[in-house]
Amino acid sequence: MSANLSAILYLVSGVLFILALRGLSSPETSRQGNFFGIIGMVIAISVTFLSAGNFTTGFVYVLIFLAFGGALGAFIAYRIPMTAMPELVAGFHSLVGLAAVFVAISAFINPQAFNLGTPGNIKLASLIEMSIGAAVGAITFSGSVIAFLKLQGIMSGAPITFKGQHLLNALILVSIVILTFYLCSSQSSKLFWILIAVSFLIGFLIIIPIGGADMPVVISMLNSYSGWAAAGIGFTLENTALIITGALVGSSGAILSYIMCKGMNRSFFNVILGGFGGGEQTTSNQNKEQRPVKSGNADDAAFLMKNASSVIIVPGYGMAVAQAQHALREMVDTLKKNDIKVSYAIHPVAGRMPGHMNVLLAEANVPYDEVFELEEINNDFANADVAFVIGANDVTNPVAKTDPQSPIYGMPVLDVEKCKSVLFVKRSLSPGYAGIDNDLFYKENTLMLFADAKKMTEDITKNL
Amino acid sequence: MEIDPFIFRLSIFILSIFVGYYVVWSVTPSLHTPLMSVTNAISSVIIVGAIIAALSSNDGVVFSSSSIYGFLAISLAAVNIFGGFLVTQRMLAMYKKKKKDK
Repeated sequence: MSANLSAILYLVSGVLFILALRGLSSPETSRQGNFFGIIGMVIAISVTFLSAGNFTTGFVYVLIFLAFGGALGAFIAYRIPMTAMPELVAGFHSLVGLAAVFVAISAFINPQAFNLGTPGNIKLASLIEMSIGAAVGAITFSGSVIAFLKLQGIMSGAPITFKGQHLLNALILVSIVILTFYLCSSQSSKLFWILIAVSFLIGFLIIIPIGGADMPVVISMLNSYSGWAAAGIGFTLENTALIITGALVGSSGAILSYIMCKGMNRSFFNVILGGFGGGEQTTSNQNKEQRPVKSGNADDAAFLMKNASSVIIVPGYGMAVAQAQHALREMVDTLKKNDIKVSYAIHPVAGRMPGHMNVLLAEANVPYDEVFELEEINNDFANADVAFVIGANDVTNPVAKTDPQSPIYGMPVLDVEKCKSVLFVKRSLSPGYAGIDNDLFYKENTLMLFADAKKMTEDITKNL
Repeated sequence: MEIDPFIFRLSIFILSIFVGYYVVWSVTPSLHTPLMSVTNAISSVIIVGAIIAALSSNDGVVFSSSSIYGFLAISLAAVNIFGGFLVTQRMLAMYKKKKKDK
């Protein structure tokens, strides 16, 4: 296959990837978009096979490895529960990162195969691109592994901090730049391996100080990195499909990180430097006295909801943990039978990854046109009779609007307290991730329902 | 004077960042999780590099020090491609509109 023809076909697959993302602008077009993505991938792989043109034993092994990975991926995709989506995505990011590292290593060992020169005499531009691809890929890999372990609960979600952490990280980042510089002038393979090792280390160090609930930002950021790594390799291979895709994925991840940070009213650096949600933020509630709380049971909750004409449901990470989405939908079905209007309010950072709650509700067969974003629904709380908060906490805290001393001051929150009555399902009065007390617990119109989210929801349904 | 082909690739790269920027802002927030899984799948187009790497060894030898990395990268990327697209499809199939039954 001629080089020009394959270049054009790579461009076509790049365009198909753009259409795949474009399709996601609405659920109706999204399935078609995904299909475009698959076609783009098939084209890219076929073109590579055809232009390699050597259908020898090596080719058979390529197919074997491809089939092995593909089967494993398909198996995972069908088996994974929707609640585990953040872990899955983090795990997948690590694979892209590692694949980028491997391709860079291979190109470094055998540059002739990629038309980049000979070992020890690789073209300067290619060497720089390769180093960037390998370094970013390695950071993506180790960072995603840590994110995966934290999300999976194998590693504690609490931030791990130590003295001089930021200084150490800064030194390592500087050393990566210096290493790349010397690598380019000396072409030494030893330096190349050190560069990769140091990049693995920094990926690990960057993620450990970041707490569990900041994971939406971390996952989006790693998503972005995996794109930049792919783009770096794309430049090395002079491959348009890779360059376009890398740029798309890179900017997609960056936008998602931005949206997540804005949802918490924190700067990107504040999140990345980490340590949030540890013990340090407790200053604001030092002089806390025992305040009265009204608590109720499923019967009371059912009574309140039965007499309501509109109910807004506010789900959060706790719903995912308790796997309560199906029980919740059953409760809503019963409410709807009683002609009660129900809608769902989703905060941008609810859950552990962007859009996490939406997927869980979709899994429970909640129609997506009943689910609203913060800006769309926030004014409706004042007119609603009951707000049902299930597994959310900080995102409903009115302190974010009233107390400038609070660490979450300025964060956009759902105006849950404006409802006539608030039902708050929670296991205890313990503070949420930000380590601060939620004023909502003590409001006159709040009824606390202390129980497991799933069990409480089921009990309410029985009582309706 | 001739323009270095690198500049053309750089142009594609920069323009794609802008395309990505506008396309991704138009993605509805409720589909942000599928967005992540599908970007994951498409970034695995890095398999193209992995295939070249795997087929790079000289005549006869299938597994050389450089091609072995290629083969490993193929498996990793394949997990992502199949896993990413399929899990996206599974998720998107769940997004349904309200049934007009009443």
